[in-house]
Amino acid sequence: MPDTQLREVRQPKAHDSAIKQITGEARYIDDQREPAGLLHCYPGKASIASGKVVAMDLSAVAAAPGVVSLIKVADIPGKNDCSPIFGDDPIISEGQITFHGQVIFAVLAETRDQARWAAQLAKVEYEEEKAFISVEQANSNDSTVLPDYQMGRGDVVVDLAKASNRLQGHLEIGGQDHFYLEGHVSMVEPGEDGDMLVHCSTQHPTEAQHQVADCLGVPHHAVEVRIRRMGGGFGGKESQSGQWACLAAIGAKMTGHPVKIRLDRDDDMILTGKRHEFEASYDVGFDNQGRIEAIDLTLLGRCGHSADLSGAICDRAMMHSDNAYFLPSVAIHSRRLRTHTVSNTAFRGFGGPQGVLSIERVMDHIASSLGIDALEVRKVNLYGDEGRNTTPYEMEVFDNIAPELIEQLEASSNYQNRRAEVVEFNRKNKYLKKGLSLTPVKFGISFTATHMNQAGALVHVYGDGSIGLNHGGTEMGQGLYVKVAQVVADSFGIDLERVKITSTTTAKVPNTSPTAASSGADLNGMAAKIAADEIRGRLAEFAAGLFQASKDDVRFENNEVVVGTERLDFTDLVKKAIFARVSLSSTGYYKTPEIQWDVATGTGKPFFYFAYGAAVSEVTIDCFTGEYKVDRVDILHDVGHSLNPAIDKGQIEGGFIQGMGWLTTEELKWDDKGRLRTHAPSTYKIPTATDTPDVFNVDLFKGDGNRAETIYRSKAVGEPPLMLGIAVFSALTNAVVNATGRMPKLNAPATPEAVLLALRDGDYLV
Amino acid sequence: MTSRSAIRFWFRGELQVIEDFQPTETVLDFLRLRQSACGTKEGCAEGDCGACTVAVVRPVGEELRIEAVNACIQFLGTLDGSVLFTVEDLKMEGDELHPVQAAMVKHHGSQCGFCTPGIVMSLFAQTHQNRPADRAELEDCLAGNLCRCTGYKPILDAGIDATAVATDTAEIYRETISEIHDEGELLAGDEGRFFAAPTCKSSLLKLVAEHPDATLFSGATDVGLWHTKLFRKLPKLIYLGRVKELLAIDESAHELRLGGAVSYERARGAFGALDSDIEELIRRLGSTQVRNAGTIGGNIANGSPIGDTPPILIALGASITLESIRGARTLPLEDFFIEYGKQDRAADEVLTEIIVPKLSHSQRFRCFKLAKRYDQDISSVMTGFCFTIEEGKIVESKLAFGGMAGTPKRATNTEAALRGKTLEEACSLVENLSSDFVPMDDHRASADYRMISAQNLLKKALIELSEEEKVATRLKPREAIHA
Ligand SMILES: Cc1cc2nc3c(=O)[nH]c(=O)nc-3n(C[C@H](O)[C@H](O)[C@H](O)COP(=O)(O)OP(=O)(O)OC[C@H]3O[C@@H](n4cnc5c(N)ncnc54)[C@H](O)[C@@H]3O)c2cc1C
Ligand code: FES
Ligand code: FES
Repeated sequence: MPDTQLREVRQPKAHDSAIKQITGEARYIDDQREPAGLLHCYPGKASIASGKVVAMDLSAVAAAPGVVSLIKVADIPGKNDCSPIFGDDPIISEGQITFHGQVIFAVLAETRDQARWAAQLAKVEYEEEKAFISVEQANSNDSTVLPDYQMGRGDVVVDLAKASNRLQGHLEIGGQDHFYLEGHVSMVEPGEDGDMLVHCSTQHPTEAQHQVADCLGVPHHAVEVRIRRMGGGFGGKESQSGQWACLAAIGAKMTGHPVKIRLDRDDDMILTGKRHEFEASYDVGFDNQGRIEAIDLTLLGRCGHSADLSGAICDRAMMHSDNAYFLPSVAIHSRRLRTHTVSNTAFRGFGGPQGVLSIERVMDHIASSLGIDALEVRKVNLYGDEGRNTTPYEMEVFDNIAPELIEQLEASSNYQNRRAEVVEFNRKNKYLKKGLSLTPVKFGISFTATHMNQAGALVHVYGDGSIGLNHGGTEMGQGLYVKVAQVVADSFGIDLERVKITSTTTAKVPNTSPTAASSGADLNGMAAKIAADEIRGRLAEFAAGLFQASKDDVRFENNEVVVGTERLDFTDLVKKAIFARVSLSSTGYYKTPEIQWDVATGTGKPFFYFAYGAAVSEVTIDCFTGEYKVDRVDILHDVGHSLNPAIDKGQIEGGFIQGMGWLTTEELKWDDKGRLRTHAPSTYKIPTATDTPDVFNVDLFKGDGNRAETIYRSKAVGEPPLMLGIAVFSALTNAVVNATGRMPKLNAPATPEAVLLALRDGDYLV
Repeated sequence: MTSRSAIRFWFRGELQVIEDFQPTETVLDFLRLRQSACGTKEGCAEGDCGACTVAVVRPVGEELRIEAVNACIQFLGTLDGSVLFTVEDLKMEGDELHPVQAAMVKHHGSQCGFCTPGIVMSLFAQTHQNRPADRAELEDCLAGNLCRCTGYKPILDAGIDATAVATDTAEIYRETISEIHDEGELLAGDEGRFFAAPTCKSSLLKLVAEHPDATLFSGATDVGLWHTKLFRKLPKLIYLGRVKELLAIDESAHELRLGGAVSYERARGAFGALDSDIEELIRRLGSTQVRNAGTIGGNIANGSPIGDTPPILIALGASITLESIRGARTLPLEDFFIEYGKQDRAADEVLTEIIVPKLSHSQRFRCFKLAKRYDQDISSVMTGFCFTIEEGKIVESKLAFGGMAGTPKRATNTEAALRGKTLEEACSLVENLSSDFVPMDDHRASADYRMISAQNLLKKALIELSEEEKVATRLKPREAIHA
């Protein structure tokens, strides 16, 4: 459909639930009316990181007020596994403890408070075993969850030896808790025949359905998973919400009662995985302008106690360690380390951010070693024409707009003048130092596991001309529902308000992929459009018959059907169509074309296209304490032709702040016993309103739209903006370089402590 | 004096009279579990995320205050005599949206929507200031409302719009409140389990004497967490927030007297007026919700080594009064902290007053809070410095620190070293602090960092006070701090 005929798509429509959210009417799972006889489930946790349970005395738990039953591993009727792929995540530990906090039993009680209280009364004896907590411990002991993997091209050893300049470096990259405001929650209602209706706050209803069915030992058809909305997901509810649904379902099966489980915030943080910590080491050769000649990069990923999605996450880190830069001779090594900590999982960017951060550190390092502005180094390394346009995994960067986008941002942010001002400021100031940085993002869109790039939708047109829309995507705040509804409304030329967005459920659209990899609108938007267009085709044919015209002359616009000079209200057409026995319901199915991946060679076209963006950050640091302030941020981001610019802007701003938080104040600290010490918002600090930049300019890149054939030539926007936050880390690095005159030992997150220690590392004392 | 056994407050236009409740029942449990009023969310159950924010209108003396508070750690009994508002109350007649809500929709201020009810309530409370708020004020208003989705920009924009047009006032509830406001003592429960809210000091002290095992509380910004996080059984609760003597703020030319149950937010004006650094420190302490509930008395009485106000108060030379039916005694605050977890307070004693001397002409004050995050974070290092300077020399100094030892503590060795020195000379003596302290080492900060930054902060104060140096030393200059 040409843009001129679009009425809803491209409009800055409000989030589908905006009004309900601001009035408190939007219901999340814990807000649903509780069914009669509801029991509350709560997990009991292991208090060591590694070892065996020798004895477990649950008598005090069972005797606690309100306790109805206990769930032990032997009570699981089917498979004791809630892993996404590898079968290595027990719902309840079978006696071997692999991380601190692991579930060892669960309680069912009349109230949640009673269940929580009882769950901590267990007396457990353990035989402790050696625990690997840090990357270093796991790496030096070759403790891995999956085999090492490499990709690259050229003879890096030779090319490094030939390089004009060469340096080595190391960067530790911290993890990140999702801190979705709504923690994990599931409520399960048993039905007849052993069926279970599962309300689960999940990005992956299909997987939760499979896990619940498998742990109960019933066919998939016996389990329906339903989710209207989540209070945030960010990847944390992709593979790790099933465990809670399973526990509730097992409880429901045992008792015949509905069961709810909702984790306390601290437990949510202790019991569920996070963004992977990484350590990046590089050996890079470059010419005198900073253009990379060869690079050898090792990425150590801390996966935790099980594989979860770590294989794909570490792959994506590797595939993004080029970011927007051409690496002529390159070797990327990845290790997937097993530690005795919670299993790390998907988090917005899915490993990509760690890869991008690694290469951005290389850029900063090269710049400081040559004594030139890092932006110049970045520019000379960008992907370019033939010969400089293939990734380390041999995909052609066919849609490279990074140079143009950066040029525009450099101008609009007044980068060069501000660079001069920063130099001047630093000359005048001893105690405060400024840093400025521009960093780009190029992010590959598609699941790297090719088979996951599929989606289904179900569209019904009812007799009054209202539309029921359902698809496999889940709504976690990202605005997917409204975007897809906009697409469907335009298929029929009707107002958005006539499209009812219904809860995602495995009973309507089966075998779905998770809402992840930024793919929600790309996949589900297409599937819904295919379904809607199918019905529209039938209606068009019917209308053509009514007015003795050709099907191609029928247009749907302004809530009407127009055929030549004839006009008919959409509702009237629908009524007539039903009377004439035209089917007004259709499924739609979409799979992303073109993509493929060869695991053996580490090459292929894993991505349908790339999304681009760039950010400029200016920061000031306080050299007494390492505290800092983000003075100004300018962002230019590419969303193709936006489906909904308001929603997209929200994703960009929110993603940026989340990325900034990851690299600044959000610090996960484990002690040497493997206990997470920062397991609450009192100790784990995500950005507040005050942390946002004083000046914050966000613009959408005005280009020719997506060169790949996506839904109305839009681009995915969920994940890429997170990496814009790297500009803040890079600016902090720059501020320290400006103070000390050399590359500091500054790891992520750059907490005030880290910044102060970096200044001292560079011998800059106040 | 009459005594009541039921609490009374207004909710959804109806008078709630509740006799049967657990002393530790929270306002959030009342809403979500009793009333199935699920608009108000739980994001953390510890006062840090603001998803549970509600607004409470209550009289304090002559004043009617509307306060945003965290329902998750507020005990239900504290609502006695007030009006409770939640997000569901805001829609106006004919389903029209409140200006805050309308602005939130217009600016796309909600994504997942889970933080949203709390944000709406914080902004709603702010509109009762009845004047346009600027960005800094709104950042402060929202420091206790975490949003993981939006990055705050649209919310701040909504706040600017909404406060420009909204005209709300707590005054309209004066009559409603007067219907239930009395001086009567409240004791709900029985001898073994109760929620008590005495209204005068003498009955408070008597009650405490009878129940030395009861838990005293004011803001419950600590005690609330004992319930929600630590599973502590708290069968007997005595609420200090209605005791009129403990709510008094008295100011004379030389000193400031704060009752033992004065909230941060109420103390902020007079306390912050002592020095702009104090104003900024109080502004950064917790969040609006925490400051509306939490008290300086509680910040002292909990004995924490990382409380923000003790180092300031010690540097100012403050003393406190402890009272029981056995009598009253006043002691310098620094003597109150004996060692980690141990304070000079008998079980039947109540901290009734904090006496803060004002700065003299020759005194110069500085305080700094160092934390991982600028707003709403617990300090890794807290400093309060007071220098008496005559003829360019430091004749006396009080250098008090939090986070540097098991208690808030003065750096007596360094104080001695600085005596008689010029400010410039003193700058090279800050390393003496390592003879005063063995800092804490934990997930907030390493011992090394604490020591280095404590020395640097002392140096910063000295540099700022020395006349010659006019260079910038702060990210937020002192001149930019507004009371
Ligand atoms: C989200 C959040 C953020 C916070 N941020 C900060 C911060 O930035 N800086 C900081 O310093 N603290 C902070 N705190 C901690 C807390 O706010 C303070 O310690 C607060 O001052 C406690 O006051 P309260 O009235 O709430 O105390 P309560 O919780 O009511 O009581 C605390 C303790 O003091 C005792 N007590 C209270 N009043 C008296 C009295 N008059 N006489 C005798 N005993 C008494 C109680 O019995 C109890 O043991 C924060 C807390 C939360 C939840
Ligand atoms: S639920 Fe987080 S502050 Fe109350
Ligand atoms: S909108 Fe999701 S946390 Fe604020």
